[in-house]
Amino acid sequence: MSCWETVQAYAFRSLGFGERLLPRGEISLCEQVTLIGSGMIWNIYFGVLALFFGFFFAVTLAVAKNSQAKWARKPAEWFIFVFRGSPLFIQFFLAYFALVRLPEEIGTLDISWLTDPFAKAWLGALIVLFLNTAAYAGEIFYGALRSIPKGDLEAADAYGMSGFKRFRRVVYPTMLRLAWPAYTNEAIFLFHATTLVYFSGFPAFRQQGDALYYASYFADRTFNPFVPYPIVAIFFIILTLIVITVFSLINRRLNRHLPAERRARVRYRPNLIR
Amino acid sequence: MFEFCADPSTLDTAPWFACYLTNGVHMLFYQSFLTVLLLLAITAPVALAFGFVGAAASRSHILPISWMGKLYTSMVRGVPDIAFFLFFVIALDQALEWVNHQIQCPDWDEPIRQGANFVVCQAAKIPLSSAPQWVHEVYNYFIAVFTFSIVFGAFAANVLFGAMRAVPRAQLETAEAYGMTRRQTFWRILVPQMWIYALPGLSNLWMILIKATPLLFLLGVEDIVYWARELGGSRTSQYAYPHPDWRLWYFLALLVFYLGFTRVSEVVLARITRRLSHGQATAGGEAQGKAAA
Repeated sequence: MSCWETVQAYAFRSLGFGERLLPRGEISLCEQVTLIGSGMIWNIYFGVLALFFGFFFAVTLAVAKNSQAKWARKPAEWFIFVFRGSPLFIQFFLAYFALVRLPEEIGTLDISWLTDPFAKAWLGALIVLFLNTAAYAGEIFYGALRSIPKGDLEAADAYGMSGFKRFRRVVYPTMLRLAWPAYTNEAIFLFHATTLVYFSGFPAFRQQGDALYYASYFADRTFNPFVPYPIVAIFFIILTLIVITVFSLINRRLNRHLPAERRARVRYRPNLIR
Repeated sequence: MFEFCADPSTLDTAPWFACYLTNGVHMLFYQSFLTVLLLLAITAPVALAFGFVGAAASRSHILPISWMGKLYTSMVRGVPDIAFFLFFVIALDQALEWVNHQIQCPDWDEPIRQGANFVVCQAAKIPLSSAPQWVHEVYNYFIAVFTFSIVFGAFAANVLFGAMRAVPRAQLETAEAYGMTRRQTFWRILVPQMWIYALPGLSNLWMILIKATPLLFLLGVEDIVYWARELGGSRTSQYAYPHPDWRLWYFLALLVFYLGFTRVSEVVLARITRRLSHGQATAGGEAQGKAAA
């Protein structure tokens, strides 16, 4: 098979299109690059969606944690504590077994049509990642809320702003601006964390897995880790660079009103695994 | 364990659980917690040492050494660490066997990589295929520990490199003014002062290390995740259990264990930070001084 034919056969293998059988025997470099690239679709899917939905929940959590009212603060504090204090790996397992066991437990009422999608990776793992990133980002935003300059808030008061208007026009933009460099790192870690999905409880349906799933498949088949893992590494470095570029552009927009030397730079500081 | 456990089917709930939770396999499960703690106890100092060497190498004036240090520190950026875990476990194993092969069987003429196989001579296998089971397990465990140390060493190198740069420049210039050599400046001025700057990063790293320990399961070690799956499942390859699928409860127990562990670490680390900030020219130290005055 020529390389172009391989690409046609396997480019969307991770989504269930194209050739069904994975390559066996002699595995060419082209096949490895194509299939691992195909797996990256899942990493991007999990990362982008969890990040998007997680953002809104994270802002809510941060505001709740910063609130004076106990009924709002306590649940937010506990939520953030549980998700930041435990390994993501365990969270995946726990969620998987909870979602598999739930329909069996409620035996009389057949709700498996409702819970089935949750026991699959595309939804179940996405929800875990969403809750996890919301907790981490919530803590980042909370920290930013606490460090909003007092003068900004006093200025808002002086203008007679209060309640939601004050939040929307003063608190929220400043919080976002202060939190953005840390949030960029969180986004990168989230993309890295997506590689855990198919190594925790969630099964890869018909061998449709993510980049690392295919890489470990090849490493097991060829018994040669020196080809597939560097390929994964290169794919992820490219992905990381794209994330940094996009987030830097947003960062520039968030800081556009400030004089150049006071602008916060996005700096990548790695601190990984959940 | 208890004498009344002889016939479990006659027991009430409470004594039944007392028997169930103290049976042989559960003892193995509890031992696996020690496996995790042992991993932390070995990895933390070794990774710190790797990190120190890495950070010191990046500061070196000899270009190749500084490149190697920089490569090591930047290796963990951009690439998911779990990829490193999966990679190093096989790569280290093969590297060791290859070196051993060169020593043991110098007149071997077949290629080592034959298609999808990695073939070394029988005498070069690590551990030897005739070795007892526990040797294999211990070997696997130490390969896993070493892998953890390499990856976390790279993180620690990042933190320590930043800490070395955070030590006020004036301190080093003073040392030079006293005529100290670079080596003396490094050991007598830089290293003693850098820890307070490194502490926040290192505490963070410790929390991350705790939360990375379940990954031992992926490296083929029989750790707490392995046993939680084995014991909770209703059917396993080896034993039949007299209960339905309890994996949910076992994983809930693990979750509580990790939450407790990270919480305790947080409290202890906060206390150490307070102790170390005492009298330092940092924001934390200044705040303490003001509070006392």
